[in-house]
Amino acid sequence: MMSSDGPSTCLPGLSGRQTGMLKVRVIPCLDVKDGRTVKGVNFVDLRDAGDPVALARAYDAQGADELTFLDITASHEKRGAMIDVVERTADACFMPLTVGGGVRSPDDMVAMLKAGADKVAINTAAVLDPTILRACARKVGSQAVVMALDVRRAGDGWGVFTHGGRNSTGLDAVQFAKRAAELGAGEILLTSMDRDGTKDGYDIELLRAIRDVVRVPIVASGGAGNVQHMADAVIKGGADAVLAASIFHFGEASVADAKRALADAGAPVRMTEDA
Amino acid sequence: MTRLAIIDYGSGNVRSVQRALEAAANHFEIPLTVTLTDDPDRIRQADRIVLPGVGHFADCAAGLASRTGVTEALNEAVFRSRRPFLGVCVGMQLMADVGREDVETRGLGWIPGAVERIRPKDAAGADLPVPHMGWNVLTDLKSHPVLNGLKQDPHVYFVHSYALTAEHRDHVAARCDYGGKFVAAVARDNLFGTQFHPEKSQQAGQTILANFLRWKP
Repeated sequence: MMSSDGPSTCLPGLSGRQTGMLKVRVIPCLDVKDGRTVKGVNFVDLRDAGDPVALARAYDAQGADELTFLDITASHEKRGAMIDVVERTADACFMPLTVGGGVRSPDDMVAMLKAGADKVAINTAAVLDPTILRACARKVGSQAVVMALDVRRAGDGWGVFTHGGRNSTGLDAVQFAKRAAELGAGEILLTSMDRDGTKDGYDIELLRAIRDVVRVPIVASGGAGNVQHMADAVIKGGADAVLAASIFHFGEASVADAKRALADAGAPVRMTEDA
Repeated sequence: MTRLAIIDYGSGNVRSVQRALEAAANHFEIPLTVTLTDDPDRIRQADRIVLPGVGHFADCAAGLASRTGVTEALNEAVFRSRRPFLGVCVGMQLMADVGREDVETRGLGWIPGAVERIRPKDAAGADLPVPHMGWNVLTDLKSHPVLNGLKQDPHVYFVHSYALTAEHRDHVAARCDYGGKFVAAVARDNLFGTQFHPEKSQQAGQTILANFLRWKP
């Protein structure tokens, strides 16, 4: 699956200190339920690690390039809590914010953008009806539409899953990613459900396969166990951004650690002292 | 007390822009009151004006045109009263003569030029991802009060698929390189515009917004 000419097709003239070039983004991700972070968080200097806004501030201070909130609230009635979280985060952190979870329509996207999100990720609704991506892009611009794609290995390829990775759709992930970008998704948030939570590293072959067919930015997700995995996702997988949760939340690595590893591997990054 | 109007015309993350401006004002101790408005009278009364905008040029232009008297009020504030003006992202693109997305749409016509899709290529000639999304460096910075005090090679946050091509080089305040250089900021008299999002650009963005609030063109 690895192409013989390596990653040069997507990141020309790799150099960690090269300035005039788009930087690889390091994105901490927070799972939020009923307005509170759920995955265990172990920030020593944080009074309330369950407060997504406090965590967002901490990552802002660390020099995170972007933040992603995934709302895993089960009931639709309680989703208002997410709007409040987004509003309070946008009031405190002047950095890009992506929000996903439970987004079903262009109007859902507008509500999140109005609250202060810059991009909105859509998953199940767009898998069931991909044309919704076109409607969303028409309404808010494709730059704000993120296709959150949950995939698992299936045979020689990968299949698309919905409902947090529980339900198989039988769709081919590579073909679906291509279609999603054509319809208006401005970014693919690509999560390997096989790797999610394993800390075995991102699925590089998956990244490569999607990279080869999709020209919108790709965010690697699922499997980050150390900062070298992030470098691999970018250098070998061709990812434009790396997303991780627990490795950051438990203080195993800081955003700056991740960026140093990326820079050492030759990826262009925005070091915090550059900010 | 500076009275700043952010044009609220159904496009753009007005809340983020407002909060970032207020934070910059607070940090640099600039007395400021912000109004979100599409009321022509309030636009005329404002000391400074910010026009945000995200999404499609045509939609933003239509949104602006649908607000009765707003374009006239903007022209009056900007040209007759010489109020400092800041356009952000599509708000900056709207300063051009024309936008070419799916259709050709007229802009405000303040910066001669057109807004067109970017087609970035890598060194080998392969297409780079579009939108141009993420942190990139401002280059070719013009000496301009709004760009004062930035660190060397300032990183700012971009998310766009279109860029403004200015007819006059002296209207270009900064460029950025993404598979070829494009216009990252424009400046003309009391007008300034950024293709990037200062409200999302952490410290560099705060510096630019504070500069704008203190700018006396």
